[in-house]
Amino acid sequence: MPISLEVNGERVDAHVLPRINLADFLREQLKLTGTHVGCEHGICGACTVRVNEDIVRSCLMLAVQAHGASVQTIEGLSDSGEVADLQAAFRDRNALQCGYCTPGMLMAVQDLLKREPAPDRERIREHLSGNYCRCTGYHAIIDAVETTARSRAGRRS
Amino acid sequence: MKASAFSYARATSVSNALELLVAYGDRAKVLSGGQSLMPAMNLRLISPEVIVDIGELTELRGIGVAKGILKIGALTRHVDLQRSAEVAAHAPLLTDAVAEIAHPAIRNRGTIGGSLAHADPASELPACMLALNATIIISGPKGERRVAAGDFFKGIYETVLSPQELLVAIELPIVRKNSAYFFQEFARRRGDYAITGLAAQAVVDGGKFTDLRMAFFAIADQPVLAKAAKALVGVSVTPVALSAALAALGHELDPHEDQQASSSMRRHLARLLMARGVASLLGRPDLDIGGHA
Repeated sequence: MPISLEVNGERVDAHVLPRINLADFLREQLKLTGTHVGCEHGICGACTVRVNEDIVRSCLMLAVQAHGASVQTIEGLSDSGEVADLQAAFRDRNALQCGYCTPGMLMAVQDLLKREPAPDRERIREHLSGNYCRCTGYHAIIDAVETTARSRAGRRS
Repeated sequence: MKASAFSYARATSVSNALELLVAYGDRAKVLSGGQSLMPAMNLRLISPEVIVDIGELTELRGIGVAKGILKIGALTRHVDLQRSAEVAAHAPLLTDAVAEIAHPAIRNRGTIGGSLAHADPASELPACMLALNATIIISGPKGERRVAAGDFFKGIYETVLSPQELLVAIELPIVRKNSAYFFQEFARRRGDYAITGLAAQAVVDGGKFTDLRMAFFAIADQPVLAKAAKALVGVSVTPVALSAALAALGHELDPHEDQQASSSMRRHLARLLMARGVASLLGRPDLDIGGHA
């Protein structure tokens, strides 16, 4: 099937089989391998991307369903500098080890901080409840999110 | 794993979707938000020959209030319900319940029509439909039919929908004065499937229930509207009356056992939720005799 969509601000025209999910399309056809594939049934959150400004599981969406949509991946957020401070906080706080969950984690965190600039630790945990990390035990991730929220608030005032 | 191969048709209107469903029958599956269908396909629990994608039928999306009825289009996403001022004003039970559905990224895609048509017995929304006395509106080759929520669910992943029909909307009577609601579920972790949950809607007048609908989920092959709650309507609810209702609930339910919980644990949790629900709905903390989970 022919599809046209926007990926990280660039127009993409492609042909896909109906069975190809958005995660595999991004990784295999567009070579955007920052979006990771973990469980492939919507549990782990490693494949989280933005579609029309909302975070979604790209393993639970067909590429053909993204026809006409605007998709942003971790490459887009990273290259634009939108999450540069968050990435630095993750590094400083040891909020990643193997890094497999990190792109999905950053997508979900940025989604929260855009909507709620000053979430408490409970809210952060709740928003990230659909993103699994097998290395850090989560505390360091929550620390990094809190640090970023505070420093962004400081910059605004 | 990844889904096996299938043909794909993007419906351009409700009538076009119905034509496709009539043509393909039970070889086709309707794709709405895909948050239950896609995992099932990726795990190869199901391998439909044809996917009929209704995602672009914008006429099925949206929330409106008219003549005492809150109407919700089938393609309305969980996140839309969660943020809707109309839902918060007229069916606040739904606002509370939706917050417990999975995780934000799932709520951004999943739809109310998809959840109801999928009819997972552990889902929140089917139970809410029973508690809120919803009417499910279904379009088919012979026109439209309206089914009470109590008649809609038939079993695990089973409803009265035929393969040629499409769930198009839900109608809810808007909550009356003096109404109260209660929603709570037990899950091992936030966003997990519920072990057992309760969606309840009541009308309270002068400290007594004039109506009480308590719908339990993840307790049987479909959501269960507790008959035991009837004994609490129109009477002054004493600890003794509540204990009798809790015992009746225990007899009425025949919970399944799985790796999450035994049958007796589910029965215990259901009684606990009933006691908490009644105490909360009446504003009587003294009635919360269920103890702690």
